[in-house]
Amino acid sequence: MAAKAHLLIRKGRVIDPASGRDEVADLLVEDGRLVRIGASLDAPGAEIVEAEGLWVIPGLVDACVHLSLPDSGRAGDVTSETRAAAAGGITHLAAQPDCGPVDSTAVVRLIREQAGQAGFARVLPVAALTQHLDGVQLAEMATLARAGCIAVGQAGAPVADALVLKRGLEYAATFDLPVMFRPQDAALAAGGCAHDGPVATRLGLPGIPAVAESVELARDLLLVEATGVRAHFQQISSRESLPLLRAAKARGLPVTADVSIHHLLLDESALEGFDSHCHVIPPLRGAADREALLAAVADGTIDAVCSQHQPSGSFSKTAPFPATRPGISGLDTLLPLVLKLVEDGALPLHRALEAVTAAPARCLGIQAGHLEPGRPASLCVLAAGESRTLSSHWLSAGRNSPWLHSRLPGAVKLTVCQGKVSWLSD
Amino acid sequence: MTLAPPPSSRVQLTDDGKLRHFLSVEHLSRSLLEDMLDTAASFVDVGGRAIKKVPLLRGKTVVNLFFESSTRTRSTFELAAKRLSADVLNLDISKSATSKGETLLDTLRNLEAMAADMFVVRHQDSGAPFFIANEVTPGVAVINAGDGRHAHPTQAMLDMYTIRHYKGGFDGLRVAIVGDVLHSRVARSQIHALNILGAEEVRLIGPRTLLPVAAESLGVTVFNDMAQGLRDVDVVIMLRLQKERMDSAFLPSEAEFFRLYGLNNEKLRHAKPDAIVMHPGPINRGVEIASEVADGPRSVILNQVTFGIAVRMAVMSMAISGQESSQNPEQGEDHGR
Repeated sequence: MAAKAHLLIRKGRVIDPASGRDEVADLLVEDGRLVRIGASLDAPGAEIVEAEGLWVIPGLVDACVHLSLPDSGRAGDVTSETRAAAAGGITHLAAQPDCGPVDSTAVVRLIREQAGQAGFARVLPVAALTQHLDGVQLAEMATLARAGCIAVGQAGAPVADALVLKRGLEYAATFDLPVMFRPQDAALAAGGCAHDGPVATRLGLPGIPAVAESVELARDLLLVEATGVRAHFQQISSRESLPLLRAAKARGLPVTADVSIHHLLLDESALEGFDSHCHVIPPLRGAADREALLAAVADGTIDAVCSQHQPSGSFSKTAPFPATRPGISGLDTLLPLVLKLVEDGALPLHRALEAVTAAPARCLGIQAGHLEPGRPASLCVLAAGESRTLSSHWLSAGRNSPWLHSRLPGAVKLTVCQGKVSWLSD
Repeated sequence: MTLAPPPSSRVQLTDDGKLRHFLSVEHLSRSLLEDMLDTAASFVDVGGRAIKKVPLLRGKTVVNLFFESSTRTRSTFELAAKRLSADVLNLDISKSATSKGETLLDTLRNLEAMAADMFVVRHQDSGAPFFIANEVTPGVAVINAGDGRHAHPTQAMLDMYTIRHYKGGFDGLRVAIVGDVLHSRVARSQIHALNILGAEEVRLIGPRTLLPVAAESLGVTVFNDMAQGLRDVDVVIMLRLQKERMDSAFLPSEAEFFRLYGLNNEKLRHAKPDAIVMHPGPINRGVEIASEVADGPRSVILNQVTFGIAVRMAVMSMAISGQESSQNPEQGEDHGR
């Protein structure tokens, strides 16, 4: 990787949703910092990047990535996956606590070391709320936060009961640690692998009802209100959850939410023919849910869009649908799919970009996702109109994606992560 | 522009529309199902002959691949294959391979090395036969003998055979399927088959805990009351109620289920006077069906078993011939000259 670069990115269309900027301009990076954005900048000695016809946007912030540590059973490693992130324009990613699990400072150190050595992206570990994610014994949250964790969560593992959860939230609130929730009632979801709707009924797949999400979300929101903890709800999948989120936000609760990109593009019909690449948890829901989720992203009820990256080896998908490991490898496709939603007219451009830059940074409570002079430069230069077949550019070690062979818009030319060039296409 | 065929029919049909796997009834054409019933009719007599064999599958190897044990279904497939003169290998995988950590794909690759011509698959996971059909060596036929809650197409076709035998056809027929539809692969296949073959109405009767979400989307009318649901039906199909449903809060007790949904002579009065009673077996007397009905004059339950062998012979011979025609397309051209 190049050292802290002096870069002059010239004549690109600079789009920064956080400030509302959208203009053709030059952008100067010195000593790793974004120094200036303006017309016809001059910087003797700086490396020139000709960006005419290209877009310059903040580096993407992915609020939900499942990391590939050796024990995780996932494909690849921290290096391979953060490289895929960089090539996809992602500069910051929140690593979910389910590998390790992230319940000791040793694991936090390991993640930070591996990510630091690789140098492709800033990896922000989320700590486990409970030890071994067992849902019973609280993890040493304050210690883990001091070691570099930005939030706590259970990554989908259930918490034993409301009492443990309430105390966990109170403890997290003591240290102003945000809590990441993935609402799904374990009993209501037990044994399920598909949305409990007409497609699962026909295919005979055990269902996970939408109410499995909304029941737990409602309870969690009441506990958030009672404890005053900052809360981020991940992977909202059903339309029944949206009024609950809207009401909570209207009451002024410190609540944010995200949705996985695949829930904005696919619905239960993708499971026809038992396509195991569409086996995800929470499951792909009905067409009306997908529409409602898009509307909720557009109006800000759902703040952020994330990849929910879960790379796995081909063997994990070569089995009958219910026996396959759920998850989609999402780092390679996050930006192309967001651009596709814009191209399809499903989301307005600025909001769509905000949902993968400034909004997730706000959800995670980190300084990133915008082009603000004076701050370390994290940005992405891309040819938005250039579409490519993904399989030939795929970098994640997990090729488990329904879009592996799709042609999608958006070719990333250059990614700068905290002042360093983390990706440069040939 | 024509729409792409749905995935299920793409897998199980040859390019010219012949059956090459039998995985699901869904998306198959009425003429293909009728062809299957007609072919089965030609095999019904075979069981009555002194020599009960025809040579259609001579030299072929049929592997019964049962990941879930089922002596009855496996036996009828075995008998059907033997009456077609095939060699039969029975494999009970449920205990051996999977407990050693071998994946389904590993198992499949090993069996292919034995040069099988057909796999008859029963598996606990919905969609497993689709997976196998997609992975198997070209030329090998896959017959679904029951997958999860998804499909049990040969059972449904033997039920259709039985209905046609007693009712002459499907036009104008009202058929009620009663009980645990949620967990029933048989019911799902029956619903598709009845709708494709032109039945007037398919009804589901049961408590809401045992009916799948959005059941109407399957093309049925839903009833929660037996007297209403059975009114004027021509065929009553009772489903088996597994005992473990009581443990997971689907039902309070067998007694209450029998009182509300168990078929006795009194409830059967609501159906047409000539209505027939069917059951895929094995029956739970006093749970979903009273002995007075199971052993009564309207019951055709044992005839279903007899027809089952003929229907499975029909399916097996059609799939093998479909595979052969797609493996040797020049034969089809010769035929056309």
